[in-house]
Amino acid sequence: MILADVIGTVVSPSVQVPALDGRKLLVVRPVQPEGAPVGPKPRIAIDTIGAGVGDRVLVIDEGNAGRQILSAPNAPVKTLIIGFVDEVEIDGRRVYDHGAPS
Amino acid sequence: MLIGEVVGSVVSTRKDEQLESFKLLVVQVRDHSNQPKDQYVIAVDSVGAGTGDLVLYATGSSARQTLTTKDKPCDAVVMAIVDSWDVGGENVYEKWSS
Amino acid sequence: MYLGRVTGRLVATVRYEGMDNVKLQLLEPLDEAGKPTGEQLVAACALSVGPGDLVHYIDGREAALALPDETFVPVDVAITGFVEQAHVNGADLPLDLAPEGAPQGAPQAEGQR
Repeated sequence: MILADVIGTVVSPSVQVPALDGRKLLVVRPVQPEGAPVGPKPRIAIDTIGAGVGDRVLVIDEGNAGRQILSAPNAPVKTLIIGFVDEVEIDGRRVYDHGAPS
Repeated sequence: MLIGEVVGSVVSTRKDEQLESFKLLVVQVRDHSNQPKDQYVIAVDSVGAGTGDLVLYATGSSARQTLTTKDKPCDAVVMAIVDSWDVGGENVYEKWSS
Repeated sequence: MYLGRVTGRLVATVRYEGMDNVKLQLLEPLDEAGKPTGEQLVAACALSVGPGDLVHYIDGREAALALPDETFVPVDVAITGFVEQAHVNGADLPLDLAPEGAPQGAPQAEGQR
């Protein structure tokens, strides 16, 4: 799993991939625990939890787990948002706190 | 997939026994404007490609999705021989033009 | 999945069996500003998209699952959908960078594909 910030939304008709039908697609930027972006390419993730722009989220990027979560055995899915991040702590130091004023 | 030119082949007699009967090609990667990159990959042939052919190769676990490479220790497979391509409406490569 | 833009198409008549009805498109991944990252890929595609179109694509083993017929094929990049609208960092990404001279489609017309 990776940490990511939700930075945008994508609207796409899902004619070819029924598993994406009715799913919300979000643009997420993978980040390190402290919040620095990882790599130039944002990912398009399927939202399963009701996330929105500005949220820091937990993302899986592995097909088997993704297909299990969506109960879609042969769907071409891989990147899913599966949780909100409340806090990140490294070596006893809190590097991210969702509740803290930014 | 990426585009590459078959520039040679690899012969290896001592190898994992699951790799026996594989034809191993040396593929030099090309970019979309057909310029060679300083990047090479050894790929298993699944379509009968030979030296000089421009080919497509797939990598990772997708490379094991052919009947020859299924469940074998293989991470790159040549899966198509390129005839032509164009970028932005302009023909970049045409196999039969020369 | 990632954001990408279709830049061209590729023809290959000799290819691994089972993927005869699959089109091959050239694709460039985009960064969050909608600019190419410099990588260039060839993607299998079962949708009708053309040069300039904004799409999302999937990589890895899952890519073959996006194909309509045979899914046990050596495909590692596949286009999973046409993007009608992408709103990133508070701004809409340009939807269609058609080749020079081609008419730019109005946003309403994009939605009717």
